[in-house]
Amino acid sequence: MNLLRFYGDHAREAFGLLGQHLVLVGASTLLAVAIGVPLGVLLTRRPAWRGPVLGLANVFQTIPSLALFGFLIPLPLLGGIGARTAIVALVVYALLPIVRNTYVGISGVDPAVREAGRGMGMTDRQLLTMVEIPLGLGVIFAGVRVATVVGVGTATIAAAIGAGGLGVYIFRGVSTVDDTLILAGALPAALLALIADGLLGWVERRLGRG
Amino acid sequence: MSYRLPGNGKREALVSDVTFTVGAGETLVLLGRSGSGKTTTLKLINRLLEPTGGEVRLQGEATTTLEPHRLRRRIGYVIQEIGLFPHFTVAQNVGLVPRLEGWAPDRIAARVRELLTLVGLAPDDFAARSPRALSGGQRQRVGVARALAADPPLLLLDEPFGALDPITRVELQREFRALEGRLGKGMVFVTHDVREGLLLGTRLGLMHEGRLAFLGTPEEFRRSSDPQVKQFMEAA
Repeated sequence: MNLLRFYGDHAREAFGLLGQHLVLVGASTLLAVAIGVPLGVLLTRRPAWRGPVLGLANVFQTIPSLALFGFLIPLPLLGGIGARTAIVALVVYALLPIVRNTYVGISGVDPAVREAGRGMGMTDRQLLTMVEIPLGLGVIFAGVRVATVVGVGTATIAAAIGAGGLGVYIFRGVSTVDDTLILAGALPAALLALIADGLLGWVERRLGRG
Repeated sequence: MSYRLPGNGKREALVSDVTFTVGAGETLVLLGRSGSGKTTTLKLINRLLEPTGGEVRLQGEATTTLEPHRLRRRIGYVIQEIGLFPHFTVAQNVGLVPRLEGWAPDRIAARVRELLTLVGLAPDDFAARSPRALSGGQRQRVGVARALAADPPLLLLDEPFGALDPITRVELQREFRALEGRLGKGMVFVTHDVREGLLLGTRLGLMHEGRLAFLGTPEEFRRSSDPQVKQFMEAA
């Protein structure tokens, strides 16, 4: 009940932070798709690059998020304090599931279908856009879903480098040992993750049926 | 023509010194055991594999004068696994090459109806179906219709009836035999089934270890004293 009273008193601020959170996750996921899907496609064309690229993405994934945010601060262009740095870090985390699922989704297309397409005289681009991406879309989208859900959680830490978002309440709550404040940030973040998961999961199932 | 694995000068060639011609209305059956180079030979024709020696000519023109995808649109291709696009309808599958070639939609639709009828599938019943809703035999009918769509002068068939149940296989073989004469196309038909080869081929080529061990009419094949051919005849 304390929580409801808190939201009642701080509605404007809470919605502002929620908005920032959505922007952080939305922008970083979109960027990660824009980079990750072409990269995943490239790996299916250059199998030798698969090990190094996925390995590197894996290594990034293992860096503790708070540390990664910290590492980025001193960097020129990408770094500094604020939302831009946070988005860069979130993109780095979102890349692995998206690249990997794009690669897996496209490699998973029935080889007979691919051979038929090439044998019929599709160019590589036509094979990709007419056959491989449509058939791999369900798996590719599953990667986007995972990236989004993880992003919602990781974005709470972005508050540590002044990027705003729901993490602001959590950090403030932790430093003042105030459970209500922590909940005020954590609960909507968790709900957001659940909603994103459900919504994107629904889209994914529709695409998978293709 | 011949074919070696790239960067592998020392190992034996997968296909060597294979020479044949296929005229319009003629079906050349390539027989042979697994690994004898039948499928490789087929893929050398439509450049899914590039010959490392020799030349392939389509209607007098070297296949290397065209870009591979342009060449392949002029050569029908049917494989055992069929490879229908599961996210396309039957009509979209059959109309694929015409669509790639930029035909007008109504011309494609008319051609699709004509071809479905030709392979014994009622267009009104089948055009809008998903490949998933077809039996194996129906799928391969669609596969054959798709290969014929842009009226290519040459058709390559790689064990097209190999995965079908025996009854459906015989049914399709019989219909295919009737179709061969009407279409007047050159065909290269790969199989390891001698009976199928004798039934459908105007000529038979027997491949052994990458070479063409025998080439002749079914009658010559039956009477041949070649040890490889005899082995095959005994198996039939």
